[in-house]
Amino acid sequence: MTTLMQFKDVDVHYGPIQALKKVSLTVDEGEIVTLIGANGAGKSTLLMSIFGQPRISSGEIIYRGEDISQKSAHYVASHGLAQSPEGRRIFPGMTVEENLLMGTIPIGMDHAEEDMQRMFELFPRLLERRNQRASTMSGGEQQMLAIARALMSRPKLLLLDEPSLGLAPIIVKQIFQILEDVASTGMTIFLVEQNANHALKLANRGYVMVNGEIRLTGTGAELLVNPEVRDAYLGGH
Amino acid sequence: MSQAVGINFKKSSIDAFIAGLMALVLFGPIVGVVLDGYGFNAEFGRVAWIVAIVAVGRFVMSSFMQTEKGIALAFRYANNDDGVTVLPPGHKSKMVWIIPLVVVIGLVLPFVASKYVLTVIILGLIYVLLGLGLNIVVGLAGLLDLGFVGFYAIGAYGLALGYENLGLGFWSMLPIAAIMAAVAGAILGFPVLRMHGDYLAIVTLGFGEIIRLILTNWASFTHGPNGVSAPLPTFFGLEFKRRSSEGTFHEFFNLPYDSAYKYMFIYLVLFAVVWAVLFIKHRLVKMPIGRAWEALREDEIACRSLGLNHVLVKLSAFMIGASTGGLAGVFFATYQGFVNPSSFTFFESALILAIVVLGGMGSTLGVVIAAFCLTVLPEMLREFAEYRVLMFGILMVVMMIWKPRGIVRVTRTGFSPKKGVAK
Repeated sequence: MTTLMQFKDVDVHYGPIQALKKVSLTVDEGEIVTLIGANGAGKSTLLMSIFGQPRISSGEIIYRGEDISQKSAHYVASHGLAQSPEGRRIFPGMTVEENLLMGTIPIGMDHAEEDMQRMFELFPRLLERRNQRASTMSGGEQQMLAIARALMSRPKLLLLDEPSLGLAPIIVKQIFQILEDVASTGMTIFLVEQNANHALKLANRGYVMVNGEIRLTGTGAELLVNPEVRDAYLGGH
Repeated sequence: MSQAVGINFKKSSIDAFIAGLMALVLFGPIVGVVLDGYGFNAEFGRVAWIVAIVAVGRFVMSSFMQTEKGIALAFRYANNDDGVTVLPPGHKSKMVWIIPLVVVIGLVLPFVASKYVLTVIILGLIYVLLGLGLNIVVGLAGLLDLGFVGFYAIGAYGLALGYENLGLGFWSMLPIAAIMAAVAGAILGFPVLRMHGDYLAIVTLGFGEIIRLILTNWASFTHGPNGVSAPLPTFFGLEFKRRSSEGTFHEFFNLPYDSAYKYMFIYLVLFAVVWAVLFIKHRLVKMPIGRAWEALREDEIACRSLGLNHVLVKLSAFMIGASTGGLAGVFFATYQGFVNPSSFTFFESALILAIVVLGGMGSTLGVVIAAFCLTVLPEMLREFAEYRVLMFGILMVVMMIWKPRGIVRVTRTGFSPKKGVAK
């Protein structure tokens, strides 16, 4: 397995506050890697720093052998990284199809038709609602749309920021089922989650972040039974 | 809600009393006290009339809103506010025949209308152009620009000063002014790329004022408050003056001299330019850049996470909007024959913004209608000129209550890559 993305001793500062402290992690091709941690641990910061927002203050972010930490967001997006941002952030006034088309911006419209077809197969619910405004859909459907939109740029690595945020447990289950389907197509996924239980069950490997530092790492199954993780994130029992 | 049909007159009376009291407080000092030399007369009769009218009006309205019809009405408007209506892709409007009709009426109009009507309509069309330009910046890209009049001034002064210093006429300045305004748009755009909402509004407001102050104070170049005269357009080198060494329009065609010819010509050129701008805007909205503008308005963070080049998107919106404003400025200068800084005050910016907001943010048709309403109606109601700003305020309040999304709700045809995706 080859390394797709690697964080090397990454520091991020918001003014005087240090949000990430010497974070190192790797994502190999074809893997599902998850990063779990509590509110404010720095998970979303880590994800956004891949897109240069905020810029990292030291360290390197290596993606396919190239340091992308100082590249612009559109450079990163057009080189095979796509993200479904925290809180979904779909375009409410646009239809489902238009939202999906926005996802093609980094690579152009050449494959739009065929990719959209593929998304509708993966997410049949979106096909039903293709000409509906995105704001009129349920939270789960919006999350599906956000994931589909990210996939429209044909990424090598899919970055997901809390896809379970604000969704009912049954919908969360559905979303994770879909992620499993996406992964089975060979997609590499880096998943940032608070819902440790679901995330660790899905992931090959996991990292636990506490106060901007990587505290623990291991396979999903190992972390799931790790007493420290259980106490902190899985409700203890 | 159907059981609450009985009218509660007590509630209506209280409403009426409160409205009357407010009218008394508001109108008492303004209407009731009339200056007379160094003293004043108290005119309580007039105040009483106004208060009575307001109270009775409120009573009738309050009662009506409790009837079944009123409840239905209120319900309809309460649910009116859900943004853009999207039609399925490939939707063909039944109103397409209206476009050729408008073109024909527009082309016939200058030959039948009086000179006065024509000048008013030219003014209306200039504001249509301004509205369309600002509509791209505010309506589509969602960047609140309060200094749009700056670009208008650049276009107008571009024509006047270009003629004076470089001998450039109307036709050469038309594209040059558009480019100049676009460059100014880019210069304004760069420093404000990181700003949003209120901050952006203040900076652009400052920009508009800077342009006006430069025009006022750089007297050696712009002639300051005295203004500059601007040239008329030429018809293939023929001028619209009474006499000219270059050859005049009326002599060439053996017509008696009439000052209306120049307005007819300006009107026809302006009419063509407005249609060209409408067409370009229509195409842009369907192109990726147009959708990027709308995406930027809807959610900037999402745009960044999608890797949208927001520098390019914002700058292009500013530049295209500004160049349209510059075009409008050239027409304004040639139509007036004279420009001075007092035409480019903040009130103009506010008026253009009002056109966009009243018309319905992002709605082209709405902007056209609103531009005519706000420029042509005041001209036609000359007798009420003193009440213009009052009417303007009332119109704004009424609109915000009943049509918060503008005269014409933004309705657009949905976009799909090609026909026949899936199914």
